[in-house]
Amino acid sequence: MPTLFQQIQAGKVWDFHGGIHPPSRKERTNQKPVALLDIPDRLYIPLRQHIGVAGKVLVKVGDRVLKGQALTQADNAMAVPVHAPTSGTVQAIELHTSAHPSSLAEPTLVLAPDGMDEWRPRKPLDPEQADVYTLLERIQESGISGMGGAGFPTHIKVNVKQPVDYLIINAVECEPYITADDMLMQERASDIISGIEILVKLLSPKAVLIGIEDDKPIAAASLKAAIGQKDNYFVREVPTKYPSGGEKQLIQLLTNKEVPAGRRPLDIGIVMQNVGTAFAIAQAVLDDIPLIHRVVTVAGETLAQQQNVLALIGTPISDLLNACGFQAEPAQRIIIGGPMMGFAIADWSVPVVKTTNCILAPTENELGAASEEMDCIRCGACADACPASLLPQQLLWYSKAKDQDKLAEYNLSDCIECGACAYVCPSEIPLVHYYRVAKADIRETQREALKAEQAKARFDARTERLERDKQERLERNQQLAAQRVAQQQASGQATQSAAAVQQALQRTQQQNAQPLDKEQIIAERERKKAEALAYQQQKQQAVTAEPAADLATEQTEDPRKAAIAAALARAKAKKQAEALPEVATDPAPPETATADVDAKKAAVAAAIARAKAKKLTQQEPEAQPETAAESAPAEAPASDADAKKAAVAAAITRAKAKKLMQQEPEAQPEVAVEPASDVDAKKAAVAAAIARAKAKKLAEQAQVQQTEPVAAAQVPEPIEAPAESAPEQDAKKAAIAAAIARAKAKKQQNSEPL
Amino acid sequence: MSIITALWALGILALIFGAVLGYAAIRFKVDADPLVEQIDEILPQTQCGQCGYPGCRPYAEAIANGDDINKCPPGGDATIKKLADLMGVEAKPLDAAQTPAVKRVAFIREDECIGCTKCIQACPVDAIVGASKQMHTVIVDECTGCDLCVEPCPVDCIDMVPLTSSIERWKWDLKAIPVKVLES
Repeated sequence: MPTLFQQIQAGKVWDFHGGIHPPSRKERTNQKPVALLDIPDRLYIPLRQHIGVAGKVLVKVGDRVLKGQALTQADNAMAVPVHAPTSGTVQAIELHTSAHPSSLAEPTLVLAPDGMDEWRPRKPLDPEQADVYTLLERIQESGISGMGGAGFPTHIKVNVKQPVDYLIINAVECEPYITADDMLMQERASDIISGIEILVKLLSPKAVLIGIEDDKPIAAASLKAAIGQKDNYFVREVPTKYPSGGEKQLIQLLTNKEVPAGRRPLDIGIVMQNVGTAFAIAQAVLDDIPLIHRVVTVAGETLAQQQNVLALIGTPISDLLNACGFQAEPAQRIIIGGPMMGFAIADWSVPVVKTTNCILAPTENELGAASEEMDCIRCGACADACPASLLPQQLLWYSKAKDQDKLAEYNLSDCIECGACAYVCPSEIPLVHYYRVAKADIRETQREALKAEQAKARFDARTERLERDKQERLERNQQLAAQRVAQQQASGQATQSAAAVQQALQRTQQQNAQPLDKEQIIAERERKKAEALAYQQQKQQAVTAEPAADLATEQTEDPRKAAIAAALARAKAKKQAEALPEVATDPAPPETATADVDAKKAAVAAAIARAKAKKLTQQEPEAQPETAAESAPAEAPASDADAKKAAVAAAITRAKAKKLMQQEPEAQPEVAVEPASDVDAKKAAVAAAIARAKAKKLAEQAQVQQTEPVAAAQVPEPIEAPAESAPEQDAKKAAIAAAIARAKAKKQQNSEPL
Repeated sequence: MSIITALWALGILALIFGAVLGYAAIRFKVDADPLVEQIDEILPQTQCGQCGYPGCRPYAEAIANGDDINKCPPGGDATIKKLADLMGVEAKPLDAAQTPAVKRVAFIREDECIGCTKCIQACPVDAIVGASKQMHTVIVDECTGCDLCVEPCPVDCIDMVPLTSSIERWKWDLKAIPVKVLES
């Protein structure tokens, strides 16, 4: 029993299951030399022409590039660059219809050739001298990807660690019409063999097997002549049968080995390269010509000259056709690829890319449109024809039912989409189309499963983070509260003010324990609105009657009140001057000066300044509404009505301001309520209390929500408050407006989905 | 007498085996994959809340407790079918009539964004980046298309845009004319 290698040496060729014999129609083009074309007016060079990712663009619009200059740079292993096929100017980098069945637009570089065809400096390598890494680098930098159809980056495929038994060169070209590789072998056999030698250096296989169909005798002969007496190079002529050019089919033909499902040929010690790829490698290494052109078969009966042409990458297909004497029929179809596996394109400006081996422009009689699809009669012809030994009719059944489990069970992933089943189907069912859709569905499902997994992981991470933040915030708040109490007790403040603070603290705690229910709050708000309205009317009357006497008519002449207001204003102005010199000073100092003249106006100015200050502090992300409820300056005026108390209040406010200075600038929603003192103390107290309760509730909500940027959520509040209070000429109105604004903000907060 | 002996013997044997089995039940306890986990696996994890529950897991728990299986619009019919198989119930058509035919992702019109961070807080999968007073943007690859960020935006600058089809995601169109060789 001879070993496998002995059998191969003896010239044995095996067979694979199924296969078909469509009319080849290769005789139209395989006798004519490869034609050279004029440089087209525009070249459309897609940035990605292979399986993998596009490189980084190196040129910009307007740059002049030389022939062979790299336009993109491979910045990772799966990227290969593209090169300028001729010298010219980069006109645009834009979306252009891609040479893909979807016709989706892809980033494409538009090059306007200058006709000079000027080369960049070239540095040929000597494959005998160069080491493996230099060769691999050159292959990648020359933009070489598999030219058989799939376009897998060649430098990855030939950079292997495992031992390789056989290097198989695929020169079968089994698809009807296509003769591009055939002509290349006839004309450039010695270059191809040089390319194979470079591959042998990279892979060190036991033997090189060149598989070629027996309908290409000239090409086979020229290859044999180029090989000469080299050891372990075998040209094997295989019987003409479609699809013997499939990777797994050719391996079976030449070595009788089967690639297991879901594995690569490398796993059984085999590497396969297309003959065109071998030629491109030879050009890249020996002549430093990157992959900028390729042989394309242009065939079909609408053409005056059916022939092979050497087309620059990026040549629009319409240019190629016109160069071959194209006479379009009505409803003309243009097909990229062969008639079995190709796809029709709608836009003829699609460019030639690295994997384009054939362009068909058939007449209606030559390649008819598909006829009506009929029901499957379960004749089993497709199963007989399937080169992968699948059961196409079962796959069709499950594809229609979208049963992905069953499809996997029947090995849909092993389908090579050769179209043999559809070719033999008596019911004219486009079986491959069903499989392609099913495969895309399966890919989509897998992608979605992956995405769901990621989304879940992110959701879990977020939930965990929020929980952790909540705990941290609680702890910090407790610490801060403890610190504050300690500070207040330690600092030698006036006993009265300390008492007031304590009182305020207690009150807030009580409110904390028994928060006002919503109805109460709404009732209060309504009452306050009504009051505000009444007051406004009253005031308008007063103003229209005698604007000058306005101040006098109100009880502001009362010296006590004036004193209080002055004191407050002074305290505030001082605080502002210390805290926020650049913002608050402009309105404050002039007003303080006039305070001696007109106390009320000073109070108003102070209120405005305070509103501004508040807005400023709230802009700080650290602002914490709950801390504000603590500072009780608004309480002071509640007890007002005589001068002594006023003095006390002023002292408190001053103390507060000082304390505030020592601490961080924290948001004080309550501050704005203060000016209410000088007009109606009781009402102000009520308003302040309500406002405080609201602020508290807000703070609690914020804690429940425990989202850090609570302050940001309150942004609308400070905007409204100063807007309403600023134009007012009366402090009370300012206070009411502030309270209303706060209520609005809160309402907004409530309406938010938690 | 012999009957009593037999009863004793059987009784003691029963006790011994009972003890052995009881111990084995504890010692070799197998944690079966709980139903909720299995349901959660099937759900699409968009965390969109369109089912009425605050996330996919709560809905999984609800299904395990007998809620309807047809409340998940992002999952669509495929999810309902899988749930029906798992739960052993009849597959029902989707409850909500609106089934988005195409996948959509959120898109922030960045010129109009005021940096309020509300959408960031609403996003269940942290797919929006940005800071207070800074422009926000959506990480397309992480967005599940749940719509939850659209509502909180105070300036309505978030759109749900259909995912653009790429060559990788493109599906063959069955109506495309198949290419085929006629016999000559």
